[in-house]
Formats: sequence, structure tokens, C-alpha cells
Amino acid sequence: MKRFALAVVVLLAFLTPGLAQDQTQEPQQADRSATGGAQTLEDIMKRQRGEKVDNDFRSNATGDPDSAAGISSQLGTLGGVSDPELWRALRFGSADIKVSSGGKEATVLMQDGGMRWLEIRNGPLKIYGAYLLAGTLAFLVLFYLLRGKIRIDGDKTGRTITRFKAVERFGHWLLAGSFILLAVTGLIVLFGRIAIIPLIGKDAYAPVALASKWVHNNVSWAFMLGLVMVFVMWVVHNIPNKTDLKWIAVGGGLLKKGVHPPAKKFNFGQKMIFWGVIVLGASISASGISLLFPFEFPMFAATFEALNNLGLPQLVGLGTLPTELAPHEEMQYAQLWHTIIAFVMIAMILAHIYIGSVGMEGAYDAMGSGEVELQWAREHHGLWVKEVEQAEQKTQAPDKSAVPAE
Amino acid sequence: MRAMLAAFAAIVVISIGASEFLDRAGFSSAEQASSSSVRLGE
Repeated sequence: MKRFALAVVVLLAFLTPGLAQDQTQEPQQADRSATGGAQTLEDIMKRQRGEKVDNDFRSNATGDPDSAAGISSQLGTLGGVSDPELWRALRFGSADIKVSSGGKEATVLMQDGGMRWLEIRNGPLKIYGAYLLAGTLAFLVLFYLLRGKIRIDGDKTGRTITRFKAVERFGHWLLAGSFILLAVTGLIVLFGRIAIIPLIGKDAYAPVALASKWVHNNVSWAFMLGLVMVFVMWVVHNIPNKTDLKWIAVGGGLLKKGVHPPAKKFNFGQKMIFWGVIVLGASISASGISLLFPFEFPMFAATFEALNNLGLPQLVGLGTLPTELAPHEEMQYAQLWHTIIAFVMIAMILAHIYIGSVGMEGAYDAMGSGEVELQWAREHHGLWVKEVEQAEQKTQAPDKSAVPAE
Repeated sequence: MRAMLAAFAAIVVISIGASEFLDRAGFSSAEQASSSSVRLGE
């Protein structure tokens, strides 16, 4: 028994320093007795080192009107809130502000999230966005140099088949034309300060920026209309099916000459473009509307809450996302998200433009005149050609047997 | 080609239409961010 007691004592003796060490690490920041509860030098140094400082000790120290000294007492007229406490409430957005116009957002007098947003917008957003677009262009040039233009392998028949009706081409070009305008004007606005002002100067850039803003804001409606048209017209043809597996197995025949996997109206590559455009297009439209009507349609607090409930941000190590956002923060998140999606879409569409123009012989006709070379259609959309031919035979057959009306 | 040009023309018409409509409906930034007590452009 004595031995057991001794063993416990020895074990505890070893454990105590460990426990003591843990204790010294944790409550360090809570000890602000030296400054009377105000921030310490360590708090300031931590912030300067870019470490996260828990600001609760400041944001919650905004006075208490209920425990105010009596009006006849010393300092009673302050009403339980000192000037520093009032400034703290303004700084952390908890002061009771009344404004004559401007709505909820005008009651936020200080919003430090703006600096974080500006740093991301001017830093990683531009840098990685530019890398993505440059990388995509480099990849396409490399692909062209290695693979060359994808030619029609078989002999051309000289006959054509209608690939897209006028209304389909109209919808496509409504979406495509507006997208290009939005992409170009968006890039002008984002990169203007670092890429255009040094070239043409501020005086010349100002009207360019103003015009870009006008075009970006108003062309957006044509984009949304085009998106709806394209979705309604083509969704049926873009539902993934078993044929797509064959397309994926040979890389769509893009890498090797003479390889032509079967495909219906749209092959798997086109389906990826379609769903990419629809999903990202819907998201960019939603965030765009949020930006077009500032503070009217906040989306991110609700989205973050839904994501938190699903556990996705926690899973990828982002922790719990904030669900109480200042009106300005909503706008900042909307801008960042809008731009991230825009970069991904531009990269995707660059590849789409490449394969629909210089990358493949005969592809442009589908959206140009709508009439494609039959051999091209057989090679790239064999099953679709059969469907069209069968449908034609069916409609022609009854005509031959029909007795003309007298 | 004609469908493409028609679509591009539609983009112009929709854009000008949207701008006019939103301005007239009181959605201009100037109107949105001010009240009767704010004198803009005077």
C-alpha cells in the first residue's frame, strides 16, 4: 500500500509541471490588471505580428447605462457610459446610431472588415486570378502547338446538317456577347489601377472606368436572360448518361487523331461547359444582383449559416464561418465571391472559345450559320446525327403514303 | 451570323432599356443614397 501511495505521489510530481505549463500558456491574455483592463503591450504586439487578438474585452466594455451613478452624483451626467466606452461601441458597431437616411448600413460608422477585403482584393484575388487566366492561355497555346487544329478526319460530304436553330444561336450569342463584355469591363475595373492607369494615366482612365461600370451594370440583364434561355433550351440534352463514360475513357478524342467517341447532341466536354456556365452563372448573377442593389439582398450570412450547419467549413479547416455580418461585410463577401467565380468562368470560357474556333475545324459553323458539315457531325456527334436522320425519315415516310387532299 | 448580330443588338437594347428603367424607377445611386434632406447637384 505504501508503495502504491509513493507511486501516485511520484506520478503527480511529474504531472504537476506539465499542468503548470499548460496553465501559464492559456490565461496569459486575460491578465490585464496592469492596465486596468485596457489592452496591454502584448495585445498590441500580437496584433502587429498579425496574430488574432480576442477583442471581447474591448468590444464588450461599452459601459452600462443601468448602473449609472445618480444624476446628482459625481460623473452622474455621463449616464453610465464614458467617452472611451462610447468610442468603443462605435468602433465595434454596437452603438445605438440613428440616421436620417441611408438605412441600416449608414448606422455602421466604423467597419474594419473593409481593410481585410481591400487587402484580399488588391492581393491574392488579383494575383491568383491573373495566374489562372495566364495559365489557361499558356495551356491553350501549348495544346495548339502539340495537337494542332483538330481536323475533320473523314472525307467531307459537302452536305450540311442543322445543328442549332436560329433561336438557339440567338440565346447562345446573347449569353456569349454579354459575357465577353462583362468579363472585359470587370477586368478593366479590377486591374485598372495596376495595369491601365500606369499606361494611360488617371485622366484617361476615369471615363474608361465609368463606361466600364455602366456596361457591367446594365449588360448583366442580357447575360441573365441568355442564361435562362440557354438553360431552358438545352438542359434536356445535357443530362449526363452512360455514353459520357465512353467519351471520358478516351479523353473525348481530343488528344489523339482519329479517335471519335460516340456522343448525342452534346458530348461530355460540352456538358461540363453547360453545367459550369449554368451553376457558376446562377451564382455570379445572384452575387451580381446583391452588388447591383447594395445592401438590399444580403446573401452571405444566410449562406454561411447553411454551410456551418452542413459542417463543410469546419471540415476543410475554415472553422465556423461568421453569421452576423455588417451590411458592408455582406457587400465585401459578394464582391470577392463574384470575382472568384468570374475568374473561373473566364478560364473555362477561354477553353470553350478556343475549341469552338481555332481549335477545331468545322466547330464554329454550329454557332455561326447553324449548319455543320455532315462528316464533322458524324465524327463528333454520331448518335445525334442518327437521331436526326431517323426523325427525318419518320416525318418523310407518312408524307409519301399520304393521299393528297382534293 | 444573323442570329449572332440580332443577339448583339438585343444586348444593346436590353442594356439601354435596363439603365433607363432603373433610373426612372428611382434606383439611381444618387436617389438610393439620399433623402429629401440631402441636396444633390444644387
